[in-house]
Amino acid sequence: MVKYLIKRVLWMIPMLIGISLISFFVMHLAPGDITNNEASFNPKASEESRQKLREMYNLDKPVIVQYGLWLKRMGTLDFGNSFATHQKPVFWEKTDEDGNITKGMIQQALPITLMINILGLIITLVLAIPLGIIAAQKYGQWQDKSITIFNFVGFSIPSFWLSLLLMYWLGVVNNWFPISGLHSINYESMDTWAKVKDTFSHLFMPVIIPSVTGLASITLFVKNGMLDVLFQDYITTARSKGLTEHKVVYTHALRNALLPLITIIGLSIPGLIGGSVIAETIFAIPGMGKLFYDAVLMRDFPVIMGILTIGSALTLIGNLLADVAYAWADPRVRRGVARG
Amino acid sequence: MMKNINQTTHQQNVFKKALANPLAMAGFIIIVTVFLLAMFAPLISPYDPDDINVKAILLGPTWNHWMGTDGLGRDVLSRMLHGGRISLLVGLVAVGISTAIGILLGALSGYYRGWVDTVIMRLVDVMLSIPSFFLILAVIAFLTPSIINIMIVIGLTSWMGVTRLVRAEFLSLSEREFVLASRTLGAKDARLIFTHLLPNSLTPIIVSAVLGVAGAVLMESGLSFLGLGVQAPQASWGNILTDGKEYIQFAWWLSLFPGLAILVTVLGYNLLGEGLRDALDPRSGSAQ
Repeated sequence: MVKYLIKRVLWMIPMLIGISLISFFVMHLAPGDITNNEASFNPKASEESRQKLREMYNLDKPVIVQYGLWLKRMGTLDFGNSFATHQKPVFWEKTDEDGNITKGMIQQALPITLMINILGLIITLVLAIPLGIIAAQKYGQWQDKSITIFNFVGFSIPSFWLSLLLMYWLGVVNNWFPISGLHSINYESMDTWAKVKDTFSHLFMPVIIPSVTGLASITLFVKNGMLDVLFQDYITTARSKGLTEHKVVYTHALRNALLPLITIIGLSIPGLIGGSVIAETIFAIPGMGKLFYDAVLMRDFPVIMGILTIGSALTLIGNLLADVAYAWADPRVRRGVARG
Repeated sequence: MMKNINQTTHQQNVFKKALANPLAMAGFIIIVTVFLLAMFAPLISPYDPDDINVKAILLGPTWNHWMGTDGLGRDVLSRMLHGGRISLLVGLVAVGISTAIGILLGALSGYYRGWVDTVIMRLVDVMLSIPSFFLILAVIAFLTPSIINIMIVIGLTSWMGVTRLVRAEFLSLSEREFVLASRTLGAKDARLIFTHLLPNSLTPIIVSAVLGVAGAVLMESGLSFLGLGVQAPQASWGNILTDGKEYIQFAWWLSLFPGLAILVTVLGYNLLGEGLRDALDPRSGSAQ
C-alpha cells in the first residue's frame, strides 16, 4: 500500500509538468499579450514603454525560455505576481521589506470555491443515494420512470439558465435570498450568529444550483450500481437466508453498489472546478471561477497559469484520494494492492 | 459478403431497438423538429432577426410577436430561429472535430499499441486532468471570439472520451477471429483498420457523438452567455439569454424562451444518445 502510494504521488510530477506545458504553449500560441491591455488604459503609452513592460515580464524572451523561468519558480511554489492587479501574489501571501503581508489571490479564492463545492456535493449525495435506491427497487415502475425523466432534465438543463430563473424567483420577486456576493455590506458590524446566517443565505443559491444539476448523474449511477448488485448470487443467498428485504438492500447491496461512487466523485472534480466559473460569475462570488474569468478578460498570464496548475493539481489529488479510498473500502483491491 | 450482411443487420437492429424506446423516439422527434426549424429559419421567421424597431421595445408575447421583443425592439422568435442555426452548427462541427481526432488517435493507440499507445494515453490523462472549461475560456479569450474559433476550441478539448472508446474497441476487436483470419491471409494495416476494425466500432462512436453534441451545445451557450462566445449582433441562444439577464426584472420572456430552447435541444440529444446506448448494451434486453 505504501509503495503504491509513493508511486502514485511521484507519478503526479510528470503529469503536472505535462499539464503546465500544454497550458503554457496553448496560451502563447494566441496573439496579443498583457502590454496591449495595460497600454490601452494609458493612451500615451509608447511602443518604447510597452517594450519595457515586455522585458519586465520576460515576454520578449522565446516561449521556451519563459516556460523554463516559470517552471523554475514553480519548483519553489512561487507562481509569481499578477500583471493586472498591482503585483498581488498569485498563489500565497508574501511579506515585503516593511513587513506588510499581501494575501495571495488563490489563497483567498480557493477556500470559497472548495466550501461551495463540498457543501454542494454533500447535498447531492444526501438526495441522490435514496433516489437511486428507489429507482432500482421500483425498476420499471412509475417511481423509476419519474426519476429517469427528472434525471434527463437535470442532465440537460443549462445551469446558468436555472441560476437566472432562481435568482429572479427567490431573489428578485420574493426577496428570500440575496442575489450577489458572499456577505452583506454591514457584515463587519454583525455578531457571530448573524454572520453565519448572512453567509449561509448568500451561499444558498450558488450551492443549490450545482447540486441540482449534479444530482442527475449521481442518481443514475447509484441506480445502475444497485441494479448490478441486486442480481448477484450473494444477494440471492442473503434473501434465501430469510433476511428482511430492508436488511438485504441496506446492508448487503448498498455497500457494494456505492463503491464505484468513490471513483465517480473523484472524476467529477475538474467539472466542478470548471463549472464554478458560471455560477460564481452570475452570483458575484469571489472564488476561483470568478478570479479566473476576470484574469482571462485581463489576459493576466501568471494568474491564468496559476489557476490552471492549481486546478489540475486538485484534480490529480482528488483522483489519488478516490483511488486510495476505493482501495481502503474494497478488500479485493486492498489485497491486490498489497500483493502488487 | 456474409460478414457485411450480418454487420448491417446488427446496426439496423440497434437503431430499431432504440426507436422502439419511447424516450429515444421522443429525442429523435425533438432533434428533427429543431433541425427543420433552424434549416427553414429564413423562410418561417416573421421578421428580420436584426431589424431594430424603436417603437416596439420590450413588448411581451403577443400575436404579432409570439415570443415578445428585446431591448432593441427585435423580434425574439426570429432571433431564436436564427440563433438555433448557430447553436446546432457549433454543436455538430465541434463534435465532428473531436470525433475525427478521437478516431485517429484511438485507432493509432489501439492498433499499434506499444509506445504509440503509451504516449497517446498519457496525453489523454493529462488533458483529462485540466478542468476543460478553464482551458476553453483561456484559449477563447486570447483568440478573437468567433463562431469558427469556438467550434475548433470545443472540438480540440473534448476528444479524449472518443479516443479511449475507439482504443478499447480496437483492442477487443483485434483479438476476434475474423480479424485474426484476415491478418493471417496477409491483409495490410490499412485494410484491417478501414474494412474490419473501424466499421465494427461505428455504433458506439455514433452514440458518443450524439451525447457529445448535447455537451457542445451546452458549452457554446455557456460561453456565449459569458460574452466569450457568439458576438452580437449575431444571435445565439446563449447571448439572447445574456440580454435576458439585463432585463430580467421587466422582461421574463427574454430569459425564458432561449433557456427552454437549449434545454429541449440538449434533452433531445441526451434522450436519443442514451436510447442508442441502451439498445447497444446486450444486458439491457434481458433486464427488462
